[in-house]
Amino acid sequence: MAKKGGSKQKKMNARVDFTPMVDMIMLLVTFFMLCTTLIKPQTMEISMPSDKNDLNEDNQSQIAASKAITILLDENNKIYYYTGKPDEAKLVETSYGKDGIRNALMHLNAAAQQQVQALKKEFETRRSSNPTVDAKNQEEYKKRLADIKNGKNTPNVIIKATDKATYKNLIDVLDEMQICSIGKYVIDNIADGDLAKIKDYKANPAQQ
Amino acid sequence: MGRFKIKKQDTFIDMTPMSDVMVLLLTFFMLTANFVKEEPVKVNTPGSVSEVKIPESNLLTIFVEKGGKVFMTMDSPEAMTKLGKQMNTNGELNLNDQQMQSFAEVPTFGTPINVVSQWLSLDNSERNKYLTSGVNEGIPCDSTNNELTVWVKAARTACGENMRIAIKADKETPYKVIKRVMDSLRSIDENRYNLITALKTAED
Repeated sequence: MAKKGGSKQKKMNARVDFTPMVDMIMLLVTFFMLCTTLIKPQTMEISMPSDKNDLNEDNQSQIAASKAITILLDENNKIYYYTGKPDEAKLVETSYGKDGIRNALMHLNAAAQQQVQALKKEFETRRSSNPTVDAKNQEEYKKRLADIKNGKNTPNVIIKATDKATYKNLIDVLDEMQICSIGKYVIDNIADGDLAKIKDYKANPAQQ
Repeated sequence: MGRFKIKKQDTFIDMTPMSDVMVLLLTFFMLTANFVKEEPVKVNTPGSVSEVKIPESNLLTIFVEKGGKVFMTMDSPEAMTKLGKQMNTNGELNLNDQQMQSFAEVPTFGTPINVVSQWLSLDNSERNKYLTSGVNEGIPCDSTNNELTVWVKAARTACGENMRIAIKADKETPYKVIKRVMDSLRSIDENRYNLITALKTAED
């Protein structure tokens, strides 16, 4: 700016530097990203039977021994199951996951499983973009699913865990109930007979 | 002298659009923020295929730690205040206003009832230490001294029928402990509750 006679106004730069602001906002965004939980944890809803004895005969569903499957959870991620009455049934050792217990349950619940697959397919084709129709479909789907799950020929599963089984084992088995579309299951306290069965099995696996 | 004059490059980058976007993002995160609650112990939940989301509000969470210690929390300070007041009314606790204030603000609690007021008088940083070290940790819930039922009952009266109970337990927790918690809930006729799990697909 050479001085040439009269005063010349300095040209102001109207641009504001936003870089510090962006820096700061970036920091804030990072902070909020790290401190928030966007994903809500999943949950599993269960209803346990009441221990009140005032249930009348109609409410009490007696489990037919022939349709009952008992799953026993033991320490060290061991899992056993037997079908039918406890005194005569044979204990079978299996494993968690799709090759073990799921296979067995799928096999026992094949009819219901097929129906559920068919139902899923049917509703897959009926899916629409209209939210009200979709909600209606969902409701119908849920209702029919419940019907199948509680159908006459579906197995009843009794889950019993020993004290040393872990919470993960229990959740895994409850998961299998959902995967295999089993509607009727109950978590029960382990009986002495079941403990004895496990003991026998451990002592002499070949004989079983 | 040449015909071409090198244009002077402006190194100044316009940051305005960037800051616009940033502010938007910031607003989004601020509005959707629900802060991670401080938990006294690390709880690793097992995975499950269930896709039911946890209810938004009115939730009582029971933490079960690997070693079998039980802690509890409500989802909001208002609910905590309600619970504290109910416990006062029941005569289980005798908190003054200041202690009630601290009780509303603690993220999790879990001490035997007789030391709660002593615990609340501690400093913020001391409180967590108190929860995880020493003999006074966890809510007792064995058959002789079951304070868990006292707390849950008070919460049920304070927060009404719509309150949900969720159990958040570590995957290594022995079934014995879980059974104790479930039996406690059963004994006070709380038969519907949620088990908190992480997401997993059926294949793994």
